[in-house]
Order: sequence, then C-alpha cells, then structure tokens
Amino acid sequence: MSRIQVSCTVNGDPVDFLCDADGSLLNTLRDELGLTGIKEGCGTGDCGACSILMDDQLHCACLIFAPEATGTTITTVEGLADGDHLTPLQECFLEGAALQCGICTPGFLVAATALLKHNPNPTETEIRYALAGNLCRCTGYDKIVRAVREAAAQMREASA
Amino acid sequence: MTIAEDPATTSPGYKWVGTRMIRPDGFEKVTGRARFGADIKLNGMLYGHVLRSPHAHAKIVSIDTSEAEKMAGVRAVITGADFPDPSGPAGDQDLQRNVIAREKALYEGHVIAAVAAQTRAQAKAAAEAIKVVYEVLPHVMTVDEAMAPGAPLLHPKLMTKGVDPAPTEPSNVASRAVYQGGDLDLGFAESDVVVEGTFTTKPVHQGYIEPHAAVADTTPNGRTTLWCSSQGHFTMRSLSAKVLGWEPSKLKVIPAEIGGGFGGKTTIYLEPLAVRLSQKAGRPVKLVMSRDEVFRATGPASGTKIVGKLGFKNDGTMVAGELWMAYEAGAFAGSPAGAGSMTALAPYTVPNFLIEGFDVVVNKPKVAAYRAPGAPMSSFAVESLIDEAAKKLGMDPIDIRLKNAVTEGCQATYGPKFPRIGFVETLEAIKNHPNYKIPLGPNQGRGVASGFWFNAGLNSSATVHVNEDGNVIVVTGSPDIGGSRASMALMAAEEFGIDAARIQPVVGDTESVGYNDQTGGSRTTLATGAAVIEACRKVIADLRGRAAKQWDVSLDKVEWVDGQAQHVEGTQPPLSLADLAKGWNRTGGPLTASAALNARGVGSAFSTQVVDLEVDPDTGHVTVLRYLTAQDAGRAIHPSYVEGQLQGGVVQGLGWALNEEYIFDRNGKMENPGFLDYRIPVASDLPMIDTIVVEVPNPGHPYGVRGVGEVGIVPPLAAVANAVDDAVSRRIHDLPLSPVRILDAIINKDS
Amino acid sequence: MAHVHFSAGLRSGFTGGVAVLEVEATTVGGLIKALDARFPGIGEKLSSGTSVAIDGEIIPDAEFESLSATAEVHFLETIGGG
Repeated sequence: MSRIQVSCTVNGDPVDFLCDADGSLLNTLRDELGLTGIKEGCGTGDCGACSILMDDQLHCACLIFAPEATGTTITTVEGLADGDHLTPLQECFLEGAALQCGICTPGFLVAATALLKHNPNPTETEIRYALAGNLCRCTGYDKIVRAVREAAAQMREASA
Repeated sequence: MTIAEDPATTSPGYKWVGTRMIRPDGFEKVTGRARFGADIKLNGMLYGHVLRSPHAHAKIVSIDTSEAEKMAGVRAVITGADFPDPSGPAGDQDLQRNVIAREKALYEGHVIAAVAAQTRAQAKAAAEAIKVVYEVLPHVMTVDEAMAPGAPLLHPKLMTKGVDPAPTEPSNVASRAVYQGGDLDLGFAESDVVVEGTFTTKPVHQGYIEPHAAVADTTPNGRTTLWCSSQGHFTMRSLSAKVLGWEPSKLKVIPAEIGGGFGGKTTIYLEPLAVRLSQKAGRPVKLVMSRDEVFRATGPASGTKIVGKLGFKNDGTMVAGELWMAYEAGAFAGSPAGAGSMTALAPYTVPNFLIEGFDVVVNKPKVAAYRAPGAPMSSFAVESLIDEAAKKLGMDPIDIRLKNAVTEGCQATYGPKFPRIGFVETLEAIKNHPNYKIPLGPNQGRGVASGFWFNAGLNSSATVHVNEDGNVIVVTGSPDIGGSRASMALMAAEEFGIDAARIQPVVGDTESVGYNDQTGGSRTTLATGAAVIEACRKVIADLRGRAAKQWDVSLDKVEWVDGQAQHVEGTQPPLSLADLAKGWNRTGGPLTASAALNARGVGSAFSTQVVDLEVDPDTGHVTVLRYLTAQDAGRAIHPSYVEGQLQGGVVQGLGWALNEEYIFDRNGKMENPGFLDYRIPVASDLPMIDTIVVEVPNPGHPYGVRGVGEVGIVPPLAAVANAVDDAVSRRIHDLPLSPVRILDAIINKDS
Repeated sequence: MAHVHFSAGLRSGFTGGVAVLEVEATTVGGLIKALDARFPGIGEKLSSGTSVAIDGEIIPDAEFESLSATAEVHFLETIGGG
C-alpha cells in the first residue's frame, strides 16, 4: 500500500508527513514527528493517554486515522507551554503534586486544557466528568481535580 | 553498614524534610519531555512482535518458523530453543519458562515465539505466519478445579511442600504455609460469639497505564544496552541474565521513566526476548506490549478462596481465629499465600489461631506482586468477619478493633514481638474525625477496616558529588515511580543544610551507581534514603576535614551547620560548599562519597480507613460518598507524595472491591483484556480521598520513615463490603461487589 | 543463649512439635548450624527464603548477624513486596 502525504499544523508549526492509509495518528505523531509526549496506554480509546486537541476538540489520537489529520490544527502536550513559560495547569499540577509516575499527565493536561477552554469555571463534578475519559492509576484523581480547580481559578483571575 | 544513630525521636525542626518542594523531574513530566520505555528510539531499530498461545493449556508439539523468517523485513525469529534449557532452583526455572514457553503453553497469552522486523506490521505478519502445532490439554481455572481429585496437572512433578506427611503424588498445590498458636478448639469453646464465612476474590491487575516496553541493543558477543521501564533495573539485569544464561555484567540497563508498576514491573517479560532478538538480528530491537497483552500475559494478583471463622467474648475480645486460604498462583508456583497468612490476623492479639495458606497453580498468567501482595485478600475475610462480630455484639467497629489492637511489645501472629508501631493511632484518628459522625441517609452505609504490611529494607547504594559551584548531585539506582527523587533531594538538603533546589537527584544506570534492589515493597524512602543519608554524612565528614586543613586546626574544631563549615570558636569565617569545592585541588581532590547498605530498622505500616457509600437499590450501583484513610507514615518526607501513595492505594482498593475482575470463558481465554471492560475507577466515580498522615516515627531510621506505598490497598476491600452491609443489610462475601452481585443479594435475600 | 521460637510449619516439618528452644549461639549462622545438628534438614530450610527476626527486627540475609545473650529469634518466610 503506498503511503499518503498529509499536511497539517501541529503545535503551531506547519508539518508534512507520510503515513499509511490505516496508520493511527498516535503512531504517526510519535514515530514520524517525534512527539513522544503523547502516550499509548491502550490503543483503543479507553484510557485517554493519547489525548490531543484537533481543531479545538479533544480526541484520542489512537482512534484517528493519520490521513484524517489533513488540514487540521493539532495541539499535543508539547505545544501547551510557551517556550519556558508553563501554563497555569502545568504549574498547578507541579505545585499540587498532581502526578506520580507521570504517564497519564500529558493526556490530563490536554483534556483539562480543553475543559477550561469551554468551561472556565467548572464545578468539581464537571471537572470529574470532563476528565472521566483519562485514566490515572497512581493518584486516585484527588490532586488532579484540585490542580485543575486551582488553575481555573488562577486563569479566571488573570483574565478578570 | 547501618544507620542507627539519631533515632528520630528528635522533634521535627526540620528545614526541608516535611516540606512540599516541586519535584525535580516534574518539568519534564508536564511538558512531555520525560522518556518512558516506549519513547526510546535508536538508529536502525527494529520492531518486535510476540506470538502467544491461544490455549490455556497445551503441549507444544512443534514450531515451524521457516516461512516467517523469509518474509519481508524480518531480521530475526526466536523460540524457546534460542534460550538455554531451564536450570537452577525451581523459581528460576519457572521464570525461564514463563518468559518463553518450552514444552507446554500454560496459559492463554504464554509467549511461544517472537519476531523482529523493520516495521511493526511486518513483525506482526511474520509472527502470524509461524506455524505452531498444539496438543490442547484440559485446563483448570479456579482453586476448586485445581485442587479437585483427578484434576489435570500443570506440572507433572509438583509435590506439595509444607504438608506432613509429605505427599507421594503430584498435584496442583505447590505449598502450604501454616501459622498456629494456642488451642483453637479451646478458643472457640470459650467464645461467646462466633462468626464465619467463605470468601472469594477474583484476579485483578495492577492496571498501570504504561504497557511494558524494552529496547535492547546487543552486540554479537552479547554485550547489551537495555532500556526498559521497570521497578528496578538491577533486578531486570539479574533476571534477564538468568533467562539468557549470561553473567549479569554483560547487560547495561538504563532506566527509562516508569509509568506505574505497583509490583507488576518487578519481574521480566519482554527484556530477554528483546535482547535475544537484537543479538540475532545485529540491530537494536524495540518490544512494546499492547494493552491486551498486558492483561493476558503479565502478572495479575491472585484470585482466592478463603474460609474464615473468628470467635469473640461478649466484651469484644478476640479469642480464636481460623483461616483456610487458597491462592491462585497462575501457571507457576509463587502466589503470596504465605504473606497473606502472616498478615491476616497481624493487627490483632488473638491467643488461639490456625491459619493455612495454599499456593495453587491454575492455567492463568503467573501472578506477580501487587501492593502488599497477599494481604488484601486475607484481610478482606478477616475484616469482614470482625465487622459481623461487632454487629452481633452491638459494638462500634473501631472500638472492637481498639480492643484487640496490637501495640509495641505484643506478639504478632506471625511470630516476633512488634517494635514501636502506630496502629492504635490510626484507629483513633478515624474515630475522632468529623467524618465518622456525619449522619447517613437511606441506602447509605459506613464501613471501617484496617490493614497491616511489613515493608521492606533490602539493598541500596547511593553516590553523592559536590560540584564546583557547591551544588550537589545525588545518584541512586531506584527508579522514581512516585516522587522519590524529591524525597532524596529533601533528605540530602536536610543533611547538608542547603536549599533543596541545589540538590540534583539522579537515577543512575547499572554502570553508574552501586546495586539497588527494586523500587517497591515500600522500601525506597527508607532504604535508598538511608544510603543517601549515609553518603551525605561521609561527604560532610570530608568537608569538615578539608576546612580543618585549610584552617590548620584539628577536626573537632570544625562543625557543619546550615551548609557551611564553621569554626566552633568562631575564629574563622565560615566556608560554604562552593568555597570548599574551589579548594579541592589543594585539600585532597574532588568531593564525592558513596554508601551501600542492606537496610535495617524497617518500620511496619498500619492503615485504618472508613468509607461512606450509597447503594442504588434498583441497580445495585454503588456511589462512594466519602473516603477517609489514616496511615502511619513514621515521618512524611514529602507530605504531598505520601498523601499521593495513600490516595492511590485506596482507589486501587476501591476498584478491586467494586468492579475489577478477570473474566474467563470456558476455554480459559480472558474476555475483558482492555480498559473498557476491565473497568478501573475514573475521576467521576470518586469523591476526594481524605488523608490523615499519622506520624509515629520509626526508631530505626534517621528521619523516622516508614514505608507508605503498599498498606493503603489492604483495607478498602472489607471497608466497602462492610459499608454495603451497613447500607442494605446484605453481607456479601464475594468480590467484586459489582452492581449485578449487589442487586442479586438485595433481591435474593434468603439465598 | 538465643531463645528460638519455631513457627507451626517448622514445628510440624522439622522439630517434632518443639515450639521454643534455648540454643547457644553467637551468630545466626551458628544458630542454624546448631539447629541443623539437632533437627537434621532444618538448616537448608532456614538458609534460603527465610528471614530472621531478632528481638522484633526482621532481617533478611542474617547469617552473620550477632546474637546477644538474650536474643529472641523467630524465623519467618521472606516476603516479597510490590
């Protein structure tokens, strides 16, 4: 099967890559573009470790065929920070010890970024349901939810 | 060597221990820079794919790899024939057979062969072209099936150890552990209240989000660099060497960051396969498990069957305890039946007891460690029965535990007397907490349970360097699963008296630091911490000596205070680390020291927990309303990461109690090898997990540390069962308490 | 004099029901040798997969540990953690 050329924007940069028609966007981002911040936890869309934003919507990259990325704007965990300026979410995860092994952290940061874009003042319940598609086995979610809540508060204050 | 000075009865006036610094590896983890096992990529790297048995039990009649070897992109194919014949002690042979099958496939998913090729797709296609002829054999999937007379045998020479008289015929029972004290019949005769029941638990998986991954780069003579995410790269080295038939020194193992372990990554699966493939292909090989493979073919926790009986006096004194327990080992001997037998009644003084634990092989993947291995299951039975007794006696569940709680000097049911411990403090912490008095509504219930875990010491090494700028590097060999680098930095900062931001903790590979046992067993902060402390103290002694030289005074005139060498009479300006580093050419050379020890002074851990939950009587669904855990950490070096361990253990326990289980079909194949149907707790299932970190310092450690990683998973199973009983008056003895099971109990109340 | 306590498994398997014994020994290794002389076969059992608790402290790899004049000794199965 011949490979397909795809052009899209990833983390603010225009990129071109080749992929198999049935290749997953997850493998392509990791292997072709070297964006290993995205993780494969299950490959079947159940764990959220491969969470990306595609045209501002939250997706599991493992459930997207790579050619579908054509013409889209993709954000991965590597594209959240601005140079060495971490986002409030990233800062709050660090301050709040919202990570232990850290494998789920990229997915959570992307998913929480999506949440706060659409809902800048979420309740605890809204946070928990928005993040229900991201599995964490280490933290029990307590410190993650607190970090998202704190980051949301900081972001609201900053834009007030 | 040991560190026994400075028992941590000194009151904390710590500057760094007990603070919540940002973990030094945090920036990499929140920006996607941190490299886990599957993130490693080397030039010329091949991709591996493993062929696994589709049968739960089968003789391997023949394996024909000829076609696979000719396929596009294929560079190497291996089978059991590519490894030395299993040799050594029985446990070593089992490991060798588990990594790749030899005569038989013993569980669905057992490795049969592996392929390395240019692309994943090519490797997979070639693996599927390997022709295997199996002679399918009958299989056994439960302890009842395995222990039944005439059951098909997994291992024709397995003779049960620990029974007297020794058996003359093989069976599927590998061993029996027994603990006994007093006179059981007398104890039950004296009892006013007797409670009993038969309990079952299912196999569950540690559920780490990162699948196993290894990259091996092996030269033709065998010298190998192996990247893997594991709970102990030195352990990966020694175990891989056993399977490969090599001296461990041939392998250099570089730890990748690890995405969760909980015990499941303390042993090897892919590593020897990757090495042998790489050796044959002459190129680096990457092997990564799919989630499906992780479930089918790594090491879950044992399913169990436990028959328990406890006897109490009317005042709540426990006078008799009897447990018959069978633990599934999976395909090879080695369940934690012994540990479960030792921990079951450990929190309590009970004069008359008999505990038997049987290690039983079944055609399931060989079990591996999972947080306090063996303890959650036996505690499920004991803590449920204690609750039933409390109910019968009209006693508060905490009070009945206080009545029987072990304290310092009590004889443990597993043998020795307890040193200083903090069990009572955890019970009182729960009892005195406002949560314990919150009124409950209809269909709501409250459940309490306690748990115990030994914790481990074992071997650790550390090296400490002072750089020219006066900052410090601390090198250990303990993979960082949960923030241990931060703890090492805090302890080193406390020793040196400098800002923790000036300490750089590093996890070194097997050639860069001395031997370190695994990160697991709740040992890292204690043992690796002890090695770090000792190495720091050696450097500080050296620093004092350098200052003494520079000042031309005797050593006793120099003290180390707040990061500086100070003259005791104040007749010299102090010298900082940077000052002393500047002068090191003239005073004896660079500033560096190592320490290595087999840690002593291990402190055990106790946890008491209370859960409030609500049962939907129409669906059997459980909503967890509140959860509070109190655990004795001795001394919390980094409180946030200690809290994290407590919370993580609780939530895994909740999953185990409410929902998680391996489901097998009649052919012994796992039906739910994915996160959709093996449903672990998600954020929307849970409330905040409130923690009380009790600190009864461990006199055996300079900072009073007790391991915290494991015991938290022990109480939730019974806490949930007790709360369900409190909510809907149904005592359920079988886990998980899934909606189906609870609804069935509600509807069929008389069965 | 080490005061040695035997678990139920050791009692039924090796010591014929003897639960407690006083043994002259200054190290754990010496103790195991002395016990093996009295209960043949126990030495091998105690030398692998067994930890020792001396006055309440559990110590794996205890062969060269010294024993005080009043040490209370228990032999325990070595436990794995996770």
